Amino acid sequence: MIETIAGKYNYWIYISLMMIGFYAIIAKGNLVKKIIGVNIFQTAVFLFYISISKVRGGTAPILWDKAVLYDNPLPHVLILTAIVVSVSTTAVALAMITRIYKEYGSIEEDKILKSRRENL
Amino acid sequence: MTDFLAALREHIPALLVIVPLLAAVIIPFSPAPLRRRGAAVSLLANAAALALASALAWEVFRLGRVSYRFGGWAPPWGIEYAVDPLAAVMLLLVAFVAFAASVYSGAAASGEITAEKLPYYQSASLLFVSGLSGMVITGDIFNLYVFIEIASLAGYALVASGRRRDALVAGFNYLILGTIAATFILLGIGYLYMASGTLNIADLRERLPHIYHTKTVLTAFAFLIVGFSIKTALFPLHIWLPDAYTYAPSPVSALMAATGTKVGIYAMIRVIFTVFKPEFNASVVPMKAILIVLSSAAIIYGAAMAIAQKDIKRMLAYSSVSQIGYIILGAAVASQHSLTGSLLHMINHALMKACLFMCAGLMLMSTGAEKVADLRGAGRRMPLTMAAFTAAALSMTGIPPTLGFVSKWHIGLGAVEAGYWAVVPVILGGSLLTGIYFWRVIEPAYFGAPPQSGHKNAEGGAPRWALAPALALAALGTLLGLAAHTPAVGAARAAAELLGR
Amino acid sequence: MNEILSFKPLFAVLASLAAGLLVSLSGRRPLLRESFTLAGAAAKFAIIISMLPAVLSGVSLATPALEILPGLELKLKADALGMVFAVMASFLWILTSIYSAGYVRKVGEERQTRFFAFFAFTLSAAAGLAFSANLLTAFLFYELITLATFPLVAHKQTKEAIEGGRIYLSYLLGTSVTFMLAAILITYDAAGTLDFMPGGVFGALGPGHKALLGTVFFLFIAGTAKAAVMPLHSWLPAAMVAPTPVSALLHAVAVVKAGVFLVLKVVLHVFGAGTLAALGFGEPLAWAASFTIIAASVMALRQDNLKLRLAYSTVSQLSYIVLGAALLVPSAVKGAVAHMAAHGFAKITLFLAAGAIYALEHRTKVSELSGIGRRMPLTMAAFSVCALSMTGAPPLAGFIGKWHIGLGAVEAGRPFFLAVLGASALLNAAYFVPIIREAFWGQAPAEGHEKAAHARPESGTLAMLMVVPLTMTAAVTIALFFFPGTLLDLAGMAAGGSAP
Repeated sequence: MIETIAGKYNYWIYISLMMIGFYAIIAKGNLVKKIIGVNIFQTAVFLFYISISKVRGGTAPILWDKAVLYDNPLPHVLILTAIVVSVSTTAVALAMITRIYKEYGSIEEDKILKSRRENL
Repeated sequence: MTDFLAALREHIPALLVIVPLLAAVIIPFSPAPLRRRGAAVSLLANAAALALASALAWEVFRLGRVSYRFGGWAPPWGIEYAVDPLAAVMLLLVAFVAFAASVYSGAAASGEITAEKLPYYQSASLLFVSGLSGMVITGDIFNLYVFIEIASLAGYALVASGRRRDALVAGFNYLILGTIAATFILLGIGYLYMASGTLNIADLRERLPHIYHTKTVLTAFAFLIVGFSIKTALFPLHIWLPDAYTYAPSPVSALMAATGTKVGIYAMIRVIFTVFKPEFNASVVPMKAILIVLSSAAIIYGAAMAIAQKDIKRMLAYSSVSQIGYIILGAAVASQHSLTGSLLHMINHALMKACLFMCAGLMLMSTGAEKVADLRGAGRRMPLTMAAFTAAALSMTGIPPTLGFVSKWHIGLGAVEAGYWAVVPVILGGSLLTGIYFWRVIEPAYFGAPPQSGHKNAEGGAPRWALAPALALAALGTLLGLAAHTPAVGAARAAAELLGR
Repeated sequence: MNEILSFKPLFAVLASLAAGLLVSLSGRRPLLRESFTLAGAAAKFAIIISMLPAVLSGVSLATPALEILPGLELKLKADALGMVFAVMASFLWILTSIYSAGYVRKVGEERQTRFFAFFAFTLSAAAGLAFSANLLTAFLFYELITLATFPLVAHKQTKEAIEGGRIYLSYLLGTSVTFMLAAILITYDAAGTLDFMPGGVFGALGPGHKALLGTVFFLFIAGTAKAAVMPLHSWLPAAMVAPTPVSALLHAVAVVKAGVFLVLKVVLHVFGAGTLAALGFGEPLAWAASFTIIAASVMALRQDNLKLRLAYSTVSQLSYIVLGAALLVPSAVKGAVAHMAAHGFAKITLFLAAGAIYALEHRTKVSELSGIGRRMPLTMAAFSVCALSMTGAPPLAGFIGKWHIGLGAVEAGRPFFLAVLGASALLNAAYFVPIIREAFWGQAPAEGHEKAAHARPESGTLAMLMVVPLTMTAAVTIALFFFPGTLLDLAGMAAGGSAP
C-alpha cells in the first residue's frame, strides 16, 4: 500500500501543486496573485509531463556517445511549447491587469466589483 | 505557373492556418500607412482563407479525406493535418463567418473600437481565426491544444477590447477560466499519451480500445471532457460567456459566438467520437447520462435567463448557452439522427448567431439601442436590420421551414429513436422559450410605437457595409433552411461516419 | 383513392401568396390593392372549383413530392375533406374582401395595406393546410397560419390588441410546438411515415401499443389548440380585439376550421376511425367536446359584447365538429364535415353583421341592439337566419350537420351525446333569440330617436360593400339546406364512404 502511494509520488506532487494553484485562483482577491495561481496550476501539469518522460536508467535526451538509454524526449518538447503558451497567457493577463488598474484604480477583486456595482 | 498552382494546391491545408497567422503578424508591425489599412489587409487575408477553404472542401468532396504531412514527416511521428468532409465543412464555416465578420468590422468596428486599437484588434481576430482553423484541421491532439491556446489567447484580448471598462474584467475572467480549461485538456492529453504512446488522433483511435478500461484512459477522458465543457460554455461551466459576449465589441461577439464555441464543440465531438470510439462513450463511462442532463439543463436555463435579460447582447449571449445545450445534447444522445441534428444546428447557430450579434451592433450604431426596450418601432426605423434579425430569430426558434427547424427536428427524432423520451419535452419546451425571448424583441419592434422621433428611417446611421454581411448571413441561413436536403444528407453522412457506421 | 398528378393545389396556394405580395407592393394605392386582392381571390376560387369534378369522381389531385429532408416530403394533395375546407375558405375570401374594402374605409383603419397583404398570406397558408398530403406539410402550414394572422389580430397595435395577440400566439404556437411537434416526431419514429392515409398510418401497430398510441393521439389533440376544445379555448375570445373582418374570416373560418380540420385529419388519416374505435380513444375526446359545447354556450349567454358572444358560440360549435369526429362512425364524421361548412357560412354572416353594425352604427354591445333591426333590416335579417342556423333549426344549413352528428350518436349507441346536442340547441336559442327579438321588436333607445326614424344606415356604396356580402352568405346558408348534394357527397367521401 505504502509502496503504491510512495511509488507514485510524482502524482502527489503534481496534484498538490495543482490544488495550491487552484486555491490561489479561487481564494485570492488580488488579480496578480490569481495569475500566479494560474502559473502554479499550469506548472504542475508541466511537471507531470516531465515526470512521465523519465525512463529508468535513462539520461537526459541529449545526444551523447556514452549514453545507453535516453529519457523520452517528446514530452520535453511538448512542454517547451506549453511553457511558451503559459508565458503568453501570463503576458496577456498582466497586460489586462494594468489596464484594469488604470480603469478601476485597483487590482483587488472586491474593489473592482464594488466599483462596477456603483456604476450600474 | 502550373507548378506554382500544383504546389499551392498541395499545401492548402497548411496555408489555411498560415495565411491568417502571417497577416496577423504583418498588420501591427508594418509601417503606419499599411497599418491604417489594416482592415483591408485583414479582409484580404480572410478572403484568401475563404478561397482556400472552398478549394479544400471541393477537393475533399471530390476525392475524399485529405491528409497533409507537416514537414514531410509521416504520421504518427510527424504532425498530420487531416481533413474529412466534416472538417472541410467546419473550415468553410469558420472561414465564411470570419470573412463576413471582417467585412462587418471593417465598416463597423470604428464605432466600438478606438482607432489606435484597430490594428491590434484586426491582428487578434486573424490570430483567432487562424487558431480555430488549426483546431479543426489538425490530426494531432497536442497540436490541437496549441491551437486552442492560440485561439483562446486571441479571444481574451478581443473580449477585453470592448468599449466599456467592464470588458476588461470580462476578458480577465474569461482568461482565468479558459486557462484552467486548457490546462485540463493538456492534462488529459498527457494521460492519453502516457497510456498509448501516441499523439496522432487516427493512431489513438486504433490503440486506445485495448486499454479502454484502464484508469489512465478514464482519467484522460474526464479531464478532456471537463476542459472542453468549459471551452464550449456548457452549463454550469458557462459563467464566462455572458459577460464576455456582452462586453465584447459586436463584431467580436459575432465572430466568437459563431465560430469559437462551435469549434470547441467540434473538438469535443472529435474527442468523443474520433479519438475514442462511440462504444467507449456508450459502454465504459457514464459520461453520456451526465452530458444529457447538463445539456438539457443548459437549454432550459439559458433560455430562461435570456427571457430575463434587458440588454440585447446579454440576451443573445444566454441564448448561446441554450443553443449550445442543443448541440451538445444531440451529440450526447449519439444516435444517427440526433448527431445529424447536432451538426446541422452547429451550422445554423453559427450563421444565425453571427447575424444576430451583427444586428445588435447595427442597432447600437444606428439608434444607440442597447436595451430590448429601446427597440420599440425599430421595424420601421431600420427595416433591413430587423428583417435580418427576425429571419435569424425564426431559425433559432425552429419555426419551419428554417434550418433551425430541421436541426431540432433531427435532434428530437434522434432522442425518440434512442428512447430518451424525457428530453423531448426539453427540446420542444426550449424552442418555445426561445420563441418567447425573441418575441420580446420582435413584437415591440414591429408593433410598438417608436419613442419620439417618429417614422424616420435611421438605417443610414449604420455603415452600409456593415449591413451587408448581416443580410448575407440571414439570407444564407434561410436558403439553407429552404434547401435543407443537401446539408441534411451531408450531415447524416458525417454523423454516420462519426458513429462508425 | 386514385391519385393523379396535378399542380393545381400548388397554384391554389400560390394564387393568394402572389396576391399578398402584390398587395404589399401596391403601397398607398387602395384601388390597386383591392383589385389585386379580388383578382387573387377569384383566381384561387376558380382554381379550386376546377378541381371539384375530379375530386367528386373519386380522384385526388396531387403535386409531385418535394423531398426537403431524407424521407420527409412536402406534398400537396386535394382530396374530399380538403376540398370542403378549401372551397369554403376561398369562396368566403372573395366576399370578405369586398366587405373589408367597405369596412376599413368606413372605420378608417390604419395600415390597410398590411391588413390586406396578411389576409392573403393567411388564405395561402389555409389552402396549403387544406391540401396537405402529409403531417409535415400540415404542420408547416398550420404554423404559417398562426404567424400570418398575428399581425391581423394585433392590427390596432393598442395595448389591448397586443395583449390579445400575445395570448393568441402563446396558445397556438405554444401548444403546436410542444405537443403537436412531439406527436409528429413520435409518429414518424413509430410509423416510419408522415403521409396522410385513409385508415391511418399505424396499421402495423396494433392495440398492443396502446400507451404509445394514446400518448400520440392526445398530444395531437392538445397540439391543435385552433380547434378550441376546452381548456385550450381562451385564445379565441382574446383574438376578438382584431378588426371584425379578421374575426369573421379567420376566427369563424380559416383559423378555427384549420384546427378542426386537422383533428379530422388526425382521426381519419393518421389513426383511422377503426383503430381509434378499437383503442377506445374516441370516448374521452367526445366527453371533452361535449363539455365544451355546453360550457361555452353557457359562457356565451353571459357576454354582453356581441363579438365575444359570437366567439364563445364559435367555441361551442367547433366542438360539435370534434364530437362528430370523436364518435368515430361514418355518419357522425360526415355530419362533422358538413357542419364545418355550414358553421363557416353561418358564423361568418354573424360576424360580418356584427361588423356592419359597428361600422355603420357604432354599437358593439348586445344591450345596445334594441330596434336595430328596423334601421338595418337586411343586416339583421341575415343575422337572424344564421343565428337560427346555429341552433340547428330547419330549413337551414346548421340542421344538416347536426342531423348527421345526431344520427351518428344514435348509430354509435351513445344517445347521451344526442342529449348534449339537444341541450346545446336550446342554449343556442337562449343566447341568439333575445338578440333577434330585441332587434326587431325592442324599444329603440330614446336618444337620437328622431334621427333614427329617418336614417338609413344601409345605404351608400360603402354600406352596400358590406351588406351585400353578408346577405349572400346568409343566402348560401339557406341554399345549403335545399341543395346539400355536393357538400354531403364530399363529406361522405371524406368520412370513408365510397363515391356516389
